[in-house]
Amino acid sequence: MTEPSLDLLHTPLYDLHRELGGKMVPFAGYAMPVQYAPGVKKEHLHTREQAGLFDVSHMGQLLLRGDGAAAALEALVPVDIIDLPPGKQRYALFTNDAGGLLDDLMVTNFGDCLYLVVNAACKEQDIAHLEASLPGDVRLERLDDRALVALQGPAAAAVMARLAPATAEMVFMDSRRMAIAGQDCFISRSGYTGEDGFEISIPAAGAEAFVRQLLSEEEVALIGLGARDSLRLEAGLCLYGHDIDTTTTPVEASLLWAISKARRADGERPGGFPGADIILEQIATKAVARKRVGLVGEGRAPVREGTELFDAQGNAIGRVTSGTFGPSAELSVALAYVSSEHAALETTVFAEVRGKRLPMKVARTPFVPQRYHRG
Amino acid sequence: MSHTPSELKYASSHEWARLEEDGSVTVGITDHAQEALGDVVFVELPGVGDTLAAGDEAGVVESVKAASDIYAPIGGEVIEVNSALEDEPETVNADPYNDGWFYKLKPADAGELDKLLSAEDYQQHCEDED
Repeated sequence: MTEPSLDLLHTPLYDLHRELGGKMVPFAGYAMPVQYAPGVKKEHLHTREQAGLFDVSHMGQLLLRGDGAAAALEALVPVDIIDLPPGKQRYALFTNDAGGLLDDLMVTNFGDCLYLVVNAACKEQDIAHLEASLPGDVRLERLDDRALVALQGPAAAAVMARLAPATAEMVFMDSRRMAIAGQDCFISRSGYTGEDGFEISIPAAGAEAFVRQLLSEEEVALIGLGARDSLRLEAGLCLYGHDIDTTTTPVEASLLWAISKARRADGERPGGFPGADIILEQIATKAVARKRVGLVGEGRAPVREGTELFDAQGNAIGRVTSGTFGPSAELSVALAYVSSEHAALETTVFAEVRGKRLPMKVARTPFVPQRYHRG
Repeated sequence: MSHTPSELKYASSHEWARLEEDGSVTVGITDHAQEALGDVVFVELPGVGDTLAAGDEAGVVESVKAASDIYAPIGGEVIEVNSALEDEPETVNADPYNDGWFYKLKPADAGELDKLLSAEDYQQHCEDED
């Protein structure tokens, strides 16, 4: 077995992963656990049935401070940040001048600051992007001394309520700053699995003790990146660098829901973000050449990233960007870009796998029901 | 530690072969292989009537993680396939040497079995690969 090379970064939970049998692989410059002894499928199912605990400390955690912070961030995302209420979290997208996506992120308003969580592979670039445009009175702080863990699944709320009773009051996309076991934690009721759950930012020094305490709860098991990927895919959630990137606009990526009303052509603060002219034009005309869709295979064969898609006449019409056999959906599921005339629900397309054309149908996402706690 | 029954013959590409009393040869993948692959979610089997030479691609096994080709350990004609794997591919993980078999061959030359690895040699081969 090859050990990950020494120049990989470690999260504050690295030693614990090793101790608990995590199979460590390089991911976005970090040594991360892809799975533990039970394996991807059991870890996936455990999360849907009980509660899975994920180390996502490789992701970038940032604070924006200063009176102009919300306005400054708004200038980079097609999302309403100025009216994001204190204690609330929102999904956002960094766009470029061509309307493409530089990253997707979560933004929380903690009243005196904005808290951002960005993708690990994009964080240095995101920081440079922010710093290049922030006015002098807005300060960017890197929270490199914090771990980030996610507790996801139907038992997550009961487990968290034992450790931090105040979390029981929170609903989906609520965020709170609170002391848990004496540690200054940022906690949000959200995640990346389609399940109810929480993401908890905790000072690195207290992370291992906190995770051990969570693991002592009988419903909780550690889950690796492998199951994190199959869980998010079943939930129909995009993975940056795969399902979205600098060449995909939010409209092509079927992320229209993430573009706030206030920032649209008829909103209170229309445009004013990179690529606004292109994105607002695409919203107005609905004229995009391709769209991101969900696909479900008629057979069980997994249809993986990069697989080419064809219509019944054999014309190339698109490509799969993520795909696997969904352990909970019990179906071959994929996200793909197809030319817009093939994007309607129930359209049959053909995936070329090992020389065979396998029929798949355009399907609604998520592929499994969302179980967020909306109160 | 994976299980390697001593009565079977093995290919270095991680298939096992068992000579049955009727002269046919049953083929599957080893315990070591299923462990390395992880949870099997899909198996593509050869067609009944296909003629394979030793080393030919004989199908595909896919886990949650990745796809791997399976190869014919010896040559012959495919006379039966384990269609139960189409609906229950996880049987390959649960019982790789019995219910998780892939297909049966009528060997072109049963002497080819002698060219395969013994259980002991196969175990050594796996250790060398790790």
